[in-house]
Amino acid sequence: MLDLLAQTGLNAVYAASYISLVAVGLVLIFGVMGVINFAHGELFMAGAYAIVALYAELHLPFFVAVAIGLLFVGCLGLLMEKALFRPLKDNPLGGLVASIGFLMILQALAVMGFGVRMVHIPPVTQEVIVFTEKVRLPVARLYVIIAAIVLLSALWYFLKRTKFGWALRASAQDPEAAALQGISITMTARIAMFIGAGLAGIAGALTAPLVSVNPHMGHSVIVTAFIVIIVGGVGSLEGAIVASVAYALVHTFVTTFYDGVLADIVGLSLMLVVLIVKPTGLFGSADRA
Amino acid sequence: MPKFLIWIAALAALIALPHGLSFSQQEILVFLTINVLLVASYRLLTLTGEWSLGHVVIMGVGAYSSALLTKKLGVYVPISMLLGGVIAALIAVLLSFPLFRMKGFYFLIGSFAAGEIIRLLWKRFRDPFGGAKGIKGIDPMPDFSVGFYQFDFFEPTSYYYFAGIIVAVCLWILWRIEKSPVGLTFHAVHWQDKLAQASGVNVRAYRTLAFAIASGFAGISGALLAHYIGTINPNAFDIDLMVYVLTWAIVGGTATFYGPILGCVVLTVINEIVLRELGLEQMRPLIYGAIMILSILFLPNGLESIVQKFTKRRAAEGAPERRPAE
Repeated sequence: MLDLLAQTGLNAVYAASYISLVAVGLVLIFGVMGVINFAHGELFMAGAYAIVALYAELHLPFFVAVAIGLLFVGCLGLLMEKALFRPLKDNPLGGLVASIGFLMILQALAVMGFGVRMVHIPPVTQEVIVFTEKVRLPVARLYVIIAAIVLLSALWYFLKRTKFGWALRASAQDPEAAALQGISITMTARIAMFIGAGLAGIAGALTAPLVSVNPHMGHSVIVTAFIVIIVGGVGSLEGAIVASVAYALVHTFVTTFYDGVLADIVGLSLMLVVLIVKPTGLFGSADRA
Repeated sequence: MPKFLIWIAALAALIALPHGLSFSQQEILVFLTINVLLVASYRLLTLTGEWSLGHVVIMGVGAYSSALLTKKLGVYVPISMLLGGVIAALIAVLLSFPLFRMKGFYFLIGSFAAGEIIRLLWKRFRDPFGGAKGIKGIDPMPDFSVGFYQFDFFEPTSYYYFAGIIVAVCLWILWRIEKSPVGLTFHAVHWQDKLAQASGVNVRAYRTLAFAIASGFAGISGALLAHYIGTINPNAFDIDLMVYVLTWAIVGGTATFYGPILGCVVLTVINEIVLRELGLEQMRPLIYGAIMILSILFLPNGLESIVQKFTKRRAAEGAPERRPAE
């Protein structure tokens, strides 16, 4: 029993890692751009397909493929900023619809390029860390956990300790005042989109060998990310991370001991309860939507 | 041209329409008719300023209710459809207690969560909802005759006429509600909620009322769907269809009654008929997505703004001294 608990706990840490990467990116984009990026799950998918193309088909080294995938998805983010979100700056519902349109385009491109079926990716490493006989952690999962810790710490340092980070947070708080201080709103928007999309991309790239890669894989990811950012309070990075861990724990344990559908129901119900008790999320304060 | 002549011409065109279409296009026409009611009811909800992502699940509540009422209790089909709408409205009233604590983005996601919970409950509980496979063999609408026309519901054309009449009646009711003092209060709740509250309007009650009415009509549209295709499952009411409803409303524009309907008709015709005929089956979502982006970039006020431009100019030429009625 203790073994099962420990194993489920490890699975939860892994789930929390990639969920928090996706959710933090979504929060960052919402904070700076003021738009709900519905296509965020498809950016995750794009990262996974970058691995399919570069690692499984072109046989590049895995981490080179991940790095290129990160840049590629980051550039998709820049494209969205320039083509969609900047022209629709004063129209949040319009931004939502445009991101849905972008989502459909990305999905269609994945179907046209790689087919509807799920793609098999050769495992990156077969190594497994054995704690006890029944408690194991595949190294491929460890990569995801390490990436989440390193990248999120780096992001935290960037936002709280560097000049760019200050500028970014300032323009999230009050774009006009920030602009008056000489901060380029366009530049901060680009940085936020690149980082936000890149985080989703790297999460997709690193988890690609561990999950079934298919054109509709972004769907469950975006639903989870929405739950997490709502529970954490929209606009709060710390909240998103705390909520990711909490959600992953609950979801993994209910899935292990009962079943997946019930886990989804419990997760959604928890979110509703949080919203009923505190309609702006646990860490949220201002409502920008 | 007098106004009623335009109406008669439109009516004749709608009656003649299915006879020029192939069988599969006739089926699409039936779905389109049902979706028109869905999107029109959605607009009533948006009048109070809230954008829900649970509307399609509410439509499913109507479909499941009507299907179960006929299957388990043997309720006569047209009555079960009406009851489906009533149950959907009641569920909406229940949901309004947690949901109306939230506003804006939080309401959007909260309504999605509430809807998704209902949908997953259908999936999880095989009895009575049939689990992931849903409910099969739902009683069809019984055939009947009105003298000059024999309704045979194996024919899409017959169901199109039947659904068309019901949808037309529902649209007329929705229209009357919007133009009534109640409808004006919905507008006030959206645009001047503080003022409305100060004038003694119970804002919460009116939001709930709009939610319940919109959900009731969505439930009827779901029941119409269930008794046409004869089988429903949880995936038929998932977020994909909801996204379509949302885009119909936004691409069409929500400032007028006809805007969302226009969006629904135009986008459906482009997606289901034009792109299929052009043989672009695989590229359909890609082109559809591109059309959505282009229309939101270049027509931010929706397709209705084109119509408005045209009708306003004509009104100005015809009678320059008269102000528009609204």
